[in-house]
Amino acid sequence: MSLALDPGFFRQETFRDDFTFANSQEAIRRFPFPFDRDQYMYAVNIEQHMPGPEKHATHFPIDIDEHYVAEMADRERVLAEDPLRCQSLPHMITAEWDLLELLMTSMARDYPAWFALGREGDRWHWINRPMGIEEHFTFGDVATLPYGPMEYITRQCQGDFCLLDQRGDNLWLDSGIVTSQADWSLDFDLGMNFIEWHAPVPRAHDMGVFERALKFLLNLQLGRPIRRLNWTMTINPRLDTSPENYHRWGIDRTTVTPDNVGDKVHLRVELQALWRLPRSNAIVFSIRCYLIKMREVATVPKWARRLHRVLRDLPDDLADYKGLTNYRGMTVDWLSRHDDGAPTSPGFYPD
Amino acid sequence: MPEIKSRPKWGKLDPAKQASAHLVCAERGAIDAVARAFAGRPEVIGKTILVHVAEGDAGAPASLAGVAYHPLPSRATALTAFRAHLGRAKMGTQLHLAGSEAFLNEASALAHGCGVVGDGLTTELCGDPARRVQCVHCKGMMDDVSASPVACRHCGVNLMVRDHYSRRLGAFMGVCVDAEAPGDLPAAASF
Repeated sequence: MSLALDPGFFRQETFRDDFTFANSQEAIRRFPFPFDRDQYMYAVNIEQHMPGPEKHATHFPIDIDEHYVAEMADRERVLAEDPLRCQSLPHMITAEWDLLELLMTSMARDYPAWFALGREGDRWHWINRPMGIEEHFTFGDVATLPYGPMEYITRQCQGDFCLLDQRGDNLWLDSGIVTSQADWSLDFDLGMNFIEWHAPVPRAHDMGVFERALKFLLNLQLGRPIRRLNWTMTINPRLDTSPENYHRWGIDRTTVTPDNVGDKVHLRVELQALWRLPRSNAIVFSIRCYLIKMREVATVPKWARRLHRVLRDLPDDLADYKGLTNYRGMTVDWLSRHDDGAPTSPGFYPD
Repeated sequence: MPEIKSRPKWGKLDPAKQASAHLVCAERGAIDAVARAFAGRPEVIGKTILVHVAEGDAGAPASLAGVAYHPLPSRATALTAFRAHLGRAKMGTQLHLAGSEAFLNEASALAHGCGVVGDGLTTELCGDPARRVQCVHCKGMMDDVSASPVACRHCGVNLMVRDHYSRRLGAFMGVCVDAEAPGDLPAAASF
């Protein structure tokens, strides 16, 4: 972790207003590109959450990257403006502690230069060096933390998190912190079961995708987390594309021109991972958002060719659901300049 | 377009004879649905509390003679009374709701919030399909929205009413319809 010695590793950048977010060359190489072939259709594309290639976004179970400090600052602003982005029904408190343990132990183990966790029985000592936080607290005693356990640790961990209670052969979205979402509302969906909160997704219900995914998740085992990738596109590198603020950011979709596609249009990838929790038997559903500009995609020839073909051939109803309709044509035109028609190699990774 | 999976499915009032008691809330003419389900069943009627959103106090229909009848002048007052009776209900009490879509939205969320699930609640839609809608932007609730799009009565944003429904909130979601083309509204369609 020699990177930790470099005080400039964590970028100073914004995800709103002047939108200074950008990816370094290293961040582009490690980006979780979501297409392993030249076309896209829904699938239950679940795999074991095993360590991916060195330095890749999937190398560690919880990925902390160069955007960490800036993302946490953005989350703090969202929560200050709208506390309903973090909610937890009362019966989820044990799952919240489970989540705190999972995140603290993962972060301290995989990034020892940045995070440290000391444990003597229930007396825990947490150090977060990038954010300048040190906390002594008693595991299981909410009065010893400044926030509830889920909010406390997820204010210090990239990605949105939901806690799913399991009962009656279903999963219930009973807890979560959601500040970097692709246009869904925690406040509205809180308390829904797995089938209900996926209700607005077109096509997939008829394909039986959710019934199969639910059956699979009900049998998720402790110590065997899984992951999948999901994707959409976002205009400007805005993390908070919530329905709550859609009346403010929706207009961004009309600002794309042939000249600014490379900088305005972003591929938005969600690395979704699910873990069974040990005390509560709940499931953690983490939704980690990665953004990459078209100009940055174009630095990887295989990805530029492939994204061009995927977007060009995407069925209209999926494009509409993902909100791409206004700017898909211009983006496909822009990407076509980076597609010479050569075949692409199988798999996600750059050649 | 198939029915969206989060939409509530209302059914028929169906009082179970093995329930220890019955607590009913009905809106105006939906009392007829209560009469259809309860009349001629003295073993059920004898342990039924009926809260009725009623104009004036005409009393319970003759076919429901024997229920503990409580007429209230509005939906809000009826649901307050319903909630109070629910707070004193014994284990094994079955709940029954009959009324308009917006009434069922609000009343079933109240029952849901008290932990009543599954067979503990029967419902029947009678009459007005206007919906209870929450503006996702300002979180304001609107009763009896009859068409989409609609301007939010709280914040003024033009809302499309989605079919996506929250049982916890007892409301459909309203989301800005003209964010990407301000002022460009589709023709209103009634529910």
